[in-house]
Amino acid sequence: MTHFRKSIATVLLSLVAGAALADATLLNASYDVARDVYKDYNPMFQKYWKANAGESVELKQSHGGSTKQVRAVADGLEADVVTMNQANDIQFLAEKALVAKDWAKKFPNNASPYTSAMVFIVRKGNPKALKDWSDLAAPGIQVILPHPKNTGNGRNTYLSAWAWALKQPGGSDAKAQEFVGKLLRNAPLFAAGGRDATTTFMQRGLGDVLVTFESEAEMIAKEFGKGNFEVVYPSLTMQTEFPVAVVEKVVDKKGTRKQATAYLEYLWSKEGQENAAQNYLRPRDAELLKKYGAFFPPVKTFTVDEVFGGANKAFATHFKDGGTFDQIYVAK
Amino acid sequence: MRGNKLTRATQEPAWVRYTLLTVGLGFLFFFLGLPLVAVFVEALAQGLPIYLEALKESETRSAIWLTIVIALAVLPFNILFGVAAAWAIAKFEFKGKSLLITLIDLPFAVSPVVAGLIFILMFGSQGYFGEWLAAKDVKIIFAVPGMILATLFITFPFIARELIPLMQSQGKDEEEAAISLGASGWQMFWRVTLPNIKWGLLYGVILSNARAMGEFGAVSVVSGHIRGETNTLPLHVEILYNEYNAIGAFAAASVLALLALVTLVAKTIVEWRMKAETDMLNAELPGEKTS
Repeated sequence: MTHFRKSIATVLLSLVAGAALADATLLNASYDVARDVYKDYNPMFQKYWKANAGESVELKQSHGGSTKQVRAVADGLEADVVTMNQANDIQFLAEKALVAKDWAKKFPNNASPYTSAMVFIVRKGNPKALKDWSDLAAPGIQVILPHPKNTGNGRNTYLSAWAWALKQPGGSDAKAQEFVGKLLRNAPLFAAGGRDATTTFMQRGLGDVLVTFESEAEMIAKEFGKGNFEVVYPSLTMQTEFPVAVVEKVVDKKGTRKQATAYLEYLWSKEGQENAAQNYLRPRDAELLKKYGAFFPPVKTFTVDEVFGGANKAFATHFKDGGTFDQIYVAK
Repeated sequence: MRGNKLTRATQEPAWVRYTLLTVGLGFLFFFLGLPLVAVFVEALAQGLPIYLEALKESETRSAIWLTIVIALAVLPFNILFGVAAAWAIAKFEFKGKSLLITLIDLPFAVSPVVAGLIFILMFGSQGYFGEWLAAKDVKIIFAVPGMILATLFITFPFIARELIPLMQSQGKDEEEAAISLGASGWQMFWRVTLPNIKWGLLYGVILSNARAMGEFGAVSVVSGHIRGETNTLPLHVEILYNEYNAIGAFAAASVLALLALVTLVAKTIVEWRMKAETDMLNAELPGEKTS
């Protein structure tokens, strides 16, 4: 019976996927908008691996909401590598013993091959003259952001505003909480996700400012036209990381550890870094960052580790049930 | 003149009729017609060549293909189950009959997302059979078998639901006559039952097929979203849209809409044939209409 089912499954799979002829197959489970990055990166790695290891690799991509993706991996999606946009999500897999406990040390730069920054998208000509976080908390301004409790976008916005308030003269956690509360009260709604927030702002025309990733601004330009909005860099904002990890349990089972590790390592190569830059993600390579300087104006950033003592701690303090977000929101 | 008065007495005033008609048609236009047109307008926003290019993409093609494969894969199971269940319920009395009817309706009541999660709980690596399946290297969740199972769960009531009232209204006289004239069980089924229910069955097949191709929630949970492998059309539309690829998303959506339109036409033809057949029967057997 098992045999029968197995053969049905195999027949169906091969029907759909076509026979895999590669020496190894890797599945990369990734976040929503990473497709362009890996669409260009995968052929580059295939070429590199063929030339250096003499093997052909088949590369498959799975994209979805970052948290949904790691849940799927925990439930048995056989991804060899995960490339996410939130450290929490990879930490979740570490707790389930699917990735190494010290995953952040397995690769350089906190295992994040490229970064982005949280920026403001404002209407053309910046009619409300929004320059910094303080302007977003001013009365009468409408801020569009996804839900801070369960989206990376929303959390980054929340923490950016918090860090900015903390670094102001006389700043304290209590003052920061008050400031973030003011800013959140300017949100007419919380969008369900990054894309949803963009639609709310660009298509429905709601709000004065949208807070999102710098890299996302270029995607918005692609769909809605460059002339329809402006990007504003606040005086201090979060450097967002895009951590990657090998899924130990899967590569051990499939025997793909070597290929999976090389696949991620190659993200730090010149080619990999340049590809990130071309997709509007800030490369770690200083030379390339300079070369693509037109995309990446200098901006003062902080990392979650510096200000909040790590993504896990930030999450526990601010977004767990009863955290500062809940306190602010109940107070509202 | 007298005829006119009579009609007037049995009809609502003209303004009521026209208001109702306008409201009804207006609603249809704004909530069904306009979005349908919008799908094609958006898909063709940058011209036909770019639209065709978007459809030619291998991931979109594989999504179309997978959608059809899944719809075809669930069909035999749905027919078998639907006919068997409807037959048992319509032609026999047994204990637990009402329980069976309730169970058949279960997928209508359960949210598709929950249905998908049920399969994760059963076959996911942390689920009841997860370890056993992993040891045998059988992939159900995040692979095509899981998607077929989820679609099956969502679509299995359609055929039974369509056939039960039909078979109940037909009664079992003809089958009893066939048996008493010496037909075997199979002969009775092929020559009496099946011809009687064929249009109803086809109608159910079309409905369940439409649902199978359009299903999002349950399939999304168990798919794993592997491009070119476990993405059906509805899932592919969402992903393309989230990636700011509006043309690709609407092009894929237009294919879904076309499939839906084909279904609609097929459904209308079947409905029309069904009605023609009953009218004919009623005309032939004027005295036996009551059952």
